[in-house]
Order: sequence, then structure tokens, then C-alpha cells
Amino acid sequence: MASAPTPAPVSAFASAFEYAPAPESRSVVDIAPSYGLFIDGEFVESADGRVFKTVSPSTEEVLSEIAQAGEADVDRAVKAARKAFEKWSALPGSERAKYLFRIARIIQERSRELAVLETLDNGKPIKETRDADLPLVAAHFFYYAGWADKLDHAGFGTAPRPLGVAGQVIPWNFPLLMLAWKIAPALATGNTVVLKPAETTPLSALFFADICRQAGLPKGVVNILPGYGDTGAALIAHPDVNKVAFTGSTAVGKEIARTIAGTRKKVTLELGGKGANIVFDDAPIDQAVEGIVTGIFFNQGQVCCAGSRLLVQESIQDELLDSLKRRLSTLRIGDPLDKNTDIGAINSEEQLARITSLVAAGEAEGAERWSPACELPSAGYWFAPTLFTNVTQAHTIARDEIFGPVLSVLTFRTPDEAVAKANNTQYGLSAGIWTEKGSRILAVANKLRAGVVWSNTFNKFDPTSPFGGYKESGFGREGGRHGLEAYLDV
Amino acid sequence: MSERTYERLNVFKTYKLYVGGKFPRSESGRVYEVSDAKGNWLANAPLSSRKDARDAVVAARKAFGGWAGATAYNRGQILYRVAEMLEGRREQFVREVADAEGLSKSKAAAQVDAAIDRWVWYAGWTDKIAQVVGGGNPVAGPYFNLSSPEPTGVVVVLAPQESSFLGLVSVLAPVIATGNTAIVIAGEKSPLPALSLGEVLATSDVPGGVVNILSGRTAEIAPPLAAHQDVNAIDLAGADEVLAKELEIAAADNLKRVLRPQSVDNAHWFTTPGTERMTAFLETKTVWHPTGSLGAGGSSY
Repeated sequence: MASAPTPAPVSAFASAFEYAPAPESRSVVDIAPSYGLFIDGEFVESADGRVFKTVSPSTEEVLSEIAQAGEADVDRAVKAARKAFEKWSALPGSERAKYLFRIARIIQERSRELAVLETLDNGKPIKETRDADLPLVAAHFFYYAGWADKLDHAGFGTAPRPLGVAGQVIPWNFPLLMLAWKIAPALATGNTVVLKPAETTPLSALFFADICRQAGLPKGVVNILPGYGDTGAALIAHPDVNKVAFTGSTAVGKEIARTIAGTRKKVTLELGGKGANIVFDDAPIDQAVEGIVTGIFFNQGQVCCAGSRLLVQESIQDELLDSLKRRLSTLRIGDPLDKNTDIGAINSEEQLARITSLVAAGEAEGAERWSPACELPSAGYWFAPTLFTNVTQAHTIARDEIFGPVLSVLTFRTPDEAVAKANNTQYGLSAGIWTEKGSRILAVANKLRAGVVWSNTFNKFDPTSPFGGYKESGFGREGGRHGLEAYLDV
Repeated sequence: MSERTYERLNVFKTYKLYVGGKFPRSESGRVYEVSDAKGNWLANAPLSSRKDARDAVVAARKAFGGWAGATAYNRGQILYRVAEMLEGRREQFVREVADAEGLSKSKAAAQVDAAIDRWVWYAGWTDKIAQVVGGGNPVAGPYFNLSSPEPTGVVVVLAPQESSFLGLVSVLAPVIATGNTAIVIAGEKSPLPALSLGEVLATSDVPGGVVNILSGRTAEIAPPLAAHQDVNAIDLAGADEVLAKELEIAAADNLKRVLRPQSVDNAHWFTTPGTERMTAFLETKTVWHPTGSLGAGGSSY
């Protein structure tokens, strides 16, 4: 870019009309001082009595103390799931469906409570938990409920069988949504589950245990084991687990693939990404800017399918970046419970450190860093929306997944070059295409090695639509008819 | 409170039609006697006229755009809501079905339970049928090619004559699950469970006009509907052989989609249905779009 970075132009309106705080009430959620493991329908302490604390990343306030599952607990939970499997898998699909419909309805009823809880434990804005996470969670259960008695129509043979006990390990970026993606298809197909939520966000999974209780779900069908990486490793390695489902980092995904080598365990892995958001010169700029912002700043960029690489056609680079910077200057950062907040807290100190070090590498390697003027809260884990220009494909920030609110801008001249650059990554989860020309969308989409391609939109999710990656973004699909296959003996 | 010296007199229900979300009497002012299996009088049901039938078509057409345009997820939730509402009025329907069909309470209860579960079954189909009968086609050329099912429009449903509730639900739910709107002609002898179903639909977020329920003489109301130019399809489940042929001939005038009656016994309605009652009232739309090309270089990444 020709011009040097200038301070963000703050419009007169923005300063004249500051938003007054509009915090969502915390009183709708009642967090207990401590929680146990959920095994065989009961909350229990861990065998060795270990506990850990979960904090609110926006304030560092301790929210609750959680039992930490060890190997003995994993064994107990897998046994409970195995025992429950016999009856659960023998139930008519229509009866399993009705349990899942109940769960979907209870989630809808309790969605405000769960949205506030998720925002407290995760740090993401209430606007997102309320309008994205929770509606999608309920919809996911509703969708897979309907499959439970229609499996012979799903294209996997006339009477597809469940696998058995599923060991599922989920991340902290969409705690309850990832739980839904794992548990709903598993139960619909007749499997039972042992699920490990992330150590920084265990609460919504434990509240889900209570929802299972309200729905009258038979004991042992769902077991929840909070813990760290070692708990997840023990679960995946357990000899009586038939199916492994993991969402998280590519490094851990590879470790899991090694662990289960030589076993008969079926596996799906949903791993990292470095999504390219490709903007052609005929794209509607304002719409593209909104899509770019959604693509990388939704959930503070802690999204595996984030559009973390902006590929912009050279001829419109200046115009697009001016527009983008103007838009970033209007983002509101702060209290995640405030209904006006656009950008919340980073989920943990550890994640903040990772983002900080990758951004430092970006600067050290010569990319140009820019952030809008914004004040960050003093307590908690925060990172300002950040944009890098003068980025090349060799830069660390163009190759490594940052998993934070950091966008790397690269340019291209021809569609072929855009495709080549978009595909020049170990990952292959998502991509975006912005152009008015339909045939170009489809031609580019055909060439992209990515599991989800959004055109003239970004970060759209629906339970009916399969999601998953190419290459080192993992394998298997979650969602849609395709998502059933991961839990069926086909 | 003083002790009652007489037996309390219960309140009868006036059974009415269900058209456009409202509960009108027949415009003709006519009723007919409905009796239970033993011949005891149960109620006077509206004896619908041709005009009632035409009004129902207008209501169904008016509701079609909104219902077909609703998301499949939304329709699924509404159909599930019907099941929830029915569960709460289970006792009423058990009584009505027992009376209508001369069944014991437990046999009638089995009919009602199966009918509730059938709503749940079709609630689950709303957002899956397109994934089962639609999809991308690998045409031999640079084209994106996608086939999707769409509802055909206004569907007339002749409810089965023998199964007053389970049979009725089994033919109605698949029609509206996919986004069609329906005009139901209730079983002639035992229309009361069907007319009561209107009260459930009215309180289940089903938009007015999506389902319209008429009672009366099937042979009187069905012919004008089969010949109606603004009706897109007709399910002849409740027609006998002679009437079915007559209606099929009338339906040919604007090439209505016709689902012929199948000879079924009552046990048939208990078996899990397939997709045929949905696909009978779906159109397949195939969209082509050029994909362009980006040069010959294959991907080696």
C-alpha cells in the first residue's frame, strides 16, 4: 500500500453518540460453587479428588470449582456408557427421537440462561451466544432428533447400526455448540457418549447434564468428564471406546490419529484452519467488508473456519482497506455481557499469550501492523482487532493459525493466482469468495481445496449443512445427512 | 356451598368447520347427524356445500406463499408443536376415536398415540426430504446443477373413511410438512376427531389457511374440488373405486397430481410410512448455472 498507516478516522457521530452500557442480567443463571463429573446419571467427585477452577476470562473472576476426571473416572464413565448402550441402541428410533426433541425444546426454554452462562465462562459477547450459539445448539438437536427414526432413508443401507461408545473431546471456542455437534448425531444413531469439555469452559456441558436429567434421558447415555488434555487422551485411548470425535488443534489431532492407529476405532477430526477470504474487484465493497469483519472477528477470531487471510484483488486494495479500517474503528470492545459489545475477551491467558507471540512474529518478519484506537479493559484477557498489511505467503502470520482477532492481508491479480494462494496452506477448512459474477464463484469454488466455501457471505452455519475440512484441517463431516455417517457402522 | 340436588348437565360442543384459521358453520346452514358405532347420536356436524369448498380453496391458496416460504426448520417446529398440543388433549381424542370407531379405550388410545408420533415423524422430515430426494447432479459439462423439491401448491385430501384420526393424520401431515396447504374432507361417517383436530391446529402456530377441514358428504364436496382450477393436487385416500375414477377424470382437466386410493386395512396406518405421501405432492426444480473456467492448471496443492 502506498499510504502510511494513519490513525483510525473516528467519525463525528461515533464520538457524539457513545453507547450507554446495556448489560444483560446475570441473575438468570445460578452457578454452583462446585460441580462434579456427570457419570451414569449422577454428579460424582473424581476418584482422586482433584479439582480445577474455571474463571471468567473477561474479569478473571473464579466462577466455580470443577471435579477433574482422571483415568479411573474415564474407565467408570466408559463402563456406564457401555452398559447404557445395550438398551439405548435397542430402542425404536422414534423413541430416541422423542428424547432428542425434548432436549431441543428444553434448550430453547433455557436458552437465555445458557447464553449468559456461556458468555461468562467463555468471554464471547452475549450478542453471539444469544443470537448464534444457542439457536444453533437447539436447532442441531432438533435436526438430528428427526433423523433418529429415518436412518434407513439416509443412504447408508437399510438398517445402519450404531458403533457403540463414542469418546468425544471438544474445544472452548463454542462449548455448547460443539457439544451439540457431537452428542446430537451420536444419540440419534443409537450410540452412547462420554464427552470431555475444554478445561477453560466446562460449565455449559455440566448444565447440559442437568438438561438430560430434565428430559428423562436414561442414565449413562450421556456422561460428561471435565478435565485437561490428559483426561481427553485417556478417553481416546480407552480400549472400550468405539468412536473418537475430536474438535481442536491440528497438532492434537495428529496425536490422536497416532494413538488410535491399529485399533478399530472410527474417527472424525475437525481441526485448525487458515481460511482465505477472496475479494474480487467487482465485489460489493460494503457487503464484503461486513463479511471480512464477520469472518475474522466473530468470536474474537477464535474460530477454526475463520477467514484469517484476506486475499484482495490488487486494483481495489486501497479502497477496500480504507473501508475496512473505518469499519473496524466502530467495533465496540469490552464487557461481553453488554448487549452492544462486538468483541469480547480472549478465552484464556494461554491463548492470549499465543496470539501475542504470533503477532510479534508478524511484526518481526516485516509485516505492517494496524489496530483501531480502542481502550481495553484492565482485568481479563484482551486483544485489540488487528490487521497486517504487506504480508507475504512466507510470513508466519500467513501460514500459522493464530486463533485470534488478527487478519493478514495479501493481494492477487488473477483468479488463478487467488486460487493458488488460497490453497497454499496445510489447512483446508473454509474459504470465502466475493464477486458479483456467479460463474466465477463456482469456478473458484471448484478449485479450492476447502470443506466449506462461502460466497458473498461468511461464517454461516446450519444443522442441515455438512461442515469439515480437507487436508490437515481434519476429516469427516459434522452436520447434515453426511454427519450421520461418522456414528454409523457403514 | 349447598349440596347439589341434581346432576350437573354437561355442555355440548358445537362442531364447526375449520377454514382460513376460523371456525365457521357451513354457509349452507345444513348439518347432518353423526352417531357412534352403536347408533347413538353424538353431534350434528356441518354439511359442507360447494361454496364452503370454494372458500376453503381461497383460504388455502392465500396461505400457500407464506407456508411454502417458511424455512423447513420453522415448519418442523410447528408440526412438532401440533404433537405437543395433541399430547395435552390426548384424553379428548381417545374418547372421540373410541366413539367414532367403536373401539375400546385402550385400542383408541393406541390410535391416538400413533397419531401423535406420526406428527413427530413428519416434523423431522421437513428439513430432510430435500436431502433425500434432491441434490447436485454431475452433468457432463461446466455447469453447477442442483435439483430441489418444492411443494406443488394447494392439495385436496379425502381423509380415509375408516380410520377417523390416525388415518387422517397420516394423510394430512405429509402434505403440509413439505410446504403445501391442504383442504381436508373428513371421513363422512365419523368426522368429529377431524373437526376437533382443527382446534389443535389453531393453537399450534399453524398459520390459518394451511389446513382447512370440511365435513359432509364426500361425494358432494369432492367433485367440485377435483375440478377446481386453483387446486394443484388431490389425495383420493377416502374415495371408493367409482368416486376415485370420477375424481381422477375431473382432476385431469388441469393435470392435478393424483394420489390414488390404496386398499388398506386399519392396521396399515400403524406401520411406519415411507416418503411416498410426501413425494406425491412435490415438484422437482433443477437449476443450471455455468461454472466458468480458470485455465487448465489442475490443483496440485
